[in-house]
Amino acid sequence: MRRTTKIAAVAVVTAIALTGCSKKSDTSATDASSSASDDICKTADGDGPMIGLAYDVGGRGDQSFNDSAYAGVSKAVEEFDGSCVEGEAEDGEAESAREDRLRQMADAGATAIIGVGFAYSDSVNAVAPDYPDVNFAVVDGYDPDSKANDNVAYFSFAANESSYLVGVAAALTTQTDEVGFVGGVHNDLIKAFEAGYTAGVHAVNPDIQVDVAYIEESDLSGFSDPAGGKTAAAGEFDKGADVVYHAAGASGSGVFDAAVEAGDGMWAIGVDSDQYLTATSTQQPHILTSALKRVDVASYDFIKSVNEGTPDTSYVTYDLTNDGVGYSTSGGFLDDVSDQIDEYASKIKSGDITVPTAP
Amino acid sequence: MNALRSLFFGLLAPVIAVAIAVVATSVVIIASGSDSGVGSFWSIMLAVPQDRILVNIVNQSSMIYLSAVAVAIGFRMNLFNIGVEGQYLVASYAAATFVGAALLPGFVNIVLGLVIAIAVGAAWAGIAGLLKTYRGVSEVISTIMLNAIAGIVVSYFLDKYGVHGGNQVNTATAPESSWVPGWTPFTSADGAIWSLDLLAVLVGVGFWVLLSRTRLGFDLRATGASTTAAVASGVSVERMTLVAMLLSGGVAGLIWMPAYFGSAHVYGTTFQAGLGFTGIAVALLGRNQPLGMVFGALLFAFLSAQSNSLTLQTDISSSVVQITQGVAVLAVVVAYELVRRSRSRVEQRAVARATAPVNQEVAA
Repeated sequence: MRRTTKIAAVAVVTAIALTGCSKKSDTSATDASSSASDDICKTADGDGPMIGLAYDVGGRGDQSFNDSAYAGVSKAVEEFDGSCVEGEAEDGEAESAREDRLRQMADAGATAIIGVGFAYSDSVNAVAPDYPDVNFAVVDGYDPDSKANDNVAYFSFAANESSYLVGVAAALTTQTDEVGFVGGVHNDLIKAFEAGYTAGVHAVNPDIQVDVAYIEESDLSGFSDPAGGKTAAAGEFDKGADVVYHAAGASGSGVFDAAVEAGDGMWAIGVDSDQYLTATSTQQPHILTSALKRVDVASYDFIKSVNEGTPDTSYVTYDLTNDGVGYSTSGGFLDDVSDQIDEYASKIKSGDITVPTAP
Repeated sequence: MNALRSLFFGLLAPVIAVAIAVVATSVVIIASGSDSGVGSFWSIMLAVPQDRILVNIVNQSSMIYLSAVAVAIGFRMNLFNIGVEGQYLVASYAAATFVGAALLPGFVNIVLGLVIAIAVGAAWAGIAGLLKTYRGVSEVISTIMLNAIAGIVVSYFLDKYGVHGGNQVNTATAPESSWVPGWTPFTSADGAIWSLDLLAVLVGVGFWVLLSRTRLGFDLRATGASTTAAVASGVSVERMTLVAMLLSGGVAGLIWMPAYFGSAHVYGTTFQAGLGFTGIAVALLGRNQPLGMVFGALLFAFLSAQSNSLTLQTDISSSVVQITQGVAVLAVVVAYELVRRSRSRVEQRAVARATAPVNQEVAA
């Protein structure tokens, strides 16, 4: 009798362990297979520049922010016959882990290292002085102290401008005069998306109500929480919104799912990459547009500048005027209104419209 | 002989647990069809750590250990303080705000900063303690909710009163006179072992003394073992609940202090979240024993630090070590039970053998 209980106990543990992991193994199986066939960093071994790519939380496969950086790097690797190494941030990792990741890349011989996400600002600032021959870049980054680093570039994107344009698109599409916004983390970076979006919506019709929700207050896990994104978006659809824009990285797939479940005529707006292209076929009919933040362009330009021997340093701004931000038209849902959106875009470029950066 | 046997049984369960974790991790890696393979995974994980990784392991394990002790204080009297996460979050913010304000000169600022961290951590835990003693609210529920509230409250105040720069917001930087850098065993690029890591040693010794050498510790363990027996021997369970929560929260307040004074100097992007939950796992793994948790903390810190190389050198995600850690905790609970049973069977048999002839004589 006791023996059977014992065996049962062991069996249960094994079962829990394996089922608990089976989900993980599924994802890592797809990761592994995709990385085997697609991942250029595993196959490229050219003699050109070696690039280090340190991902933010969410990592490669978020179909948004990190994947955009990867796209730029893979283009550069092909063009300059280079190679690359990748590392990924973990939820709640130590600051020392970020620094270690960058140092490992530099030690491995990388000459251009890109930290994807502002969370790398401090670690790059700590590491860069030790590697004067390596060029660093931080997407959305900024120099945390007054001592300037002459081998670090900070990309800043006018995400408020692209958000403004998709806000216009949302306002021209909504039937209920109510639209939604889902932010990953309630920080200054994402608030700029909210501010631009709201301004764009209200530029078309000040009476449209904008529902705002954030997945996390400060924890960066808000960028890798599709379930949280789904809950937040579903709440806004339930309240009466029929267009929801997300700025939540990998959590965005949950927002798309919420739009699918909300039914026909319910829209979601993607962010950073053209997310229509990577969405599933059930999600695609619901993806109105995406606010583009051309991290790929920035990454490519940076590597190019390093390769040419004139590396970018200090702050590099990407906005509408240099096509660093924009909106996508895949799916053709905006064909009727894109002229109007482009009108707003040219007004922003000419300075007739100033888009706010904080709500 | 007996000492040897109890050492054998003491080590048996953790060894079984780690073995199961190793097997489970390997199975997952094989099942996922990685090109790099299990071999490269373990050769990276078990490689001799680089100098800076060694430094990181020491720093991380001391913070994890503080968290584990905070959890264990509650566990020892059957109090599940899941709220260590929120307690050290609030405490870290409060201490960083105070130290950043630089109201007092260097050393006094440091000491008072630590006192504030302890006090705020204890106060935040005390809310759950009061709710439990006066309203009978389960501490599991209240501490989990207090975690969420802590995150929102701190973000609100940080946003409102913090220093905004670029895309980040921090508390004011601590004055340089209040930094506690530490000891640099290798080159400066490899980093320093923070002086305040010693807090973990102090707290560990203090925890051991408290449990085995004081009246309070005895009452704590008695309440944990049997509430009715504790009441019968004159222990006030309500008072013990509150005291345990306050102690647990006070230790929790210290968790991030080595990193704050050692390298961060601000509360903001560089704050390390999640240590409160790691502490729960390590307390389970170490069976709430002062020494056992040292090994648990070292193991967790080692796995996390080593896993950083995985995505750089293989196609295996570094999250895989979370499977190793999770399975180890799950397996250790089961393994202890199995070992306890087989041990009691061995002892029963020994007793039976020793007493058998006597019985026969009586029967005769």
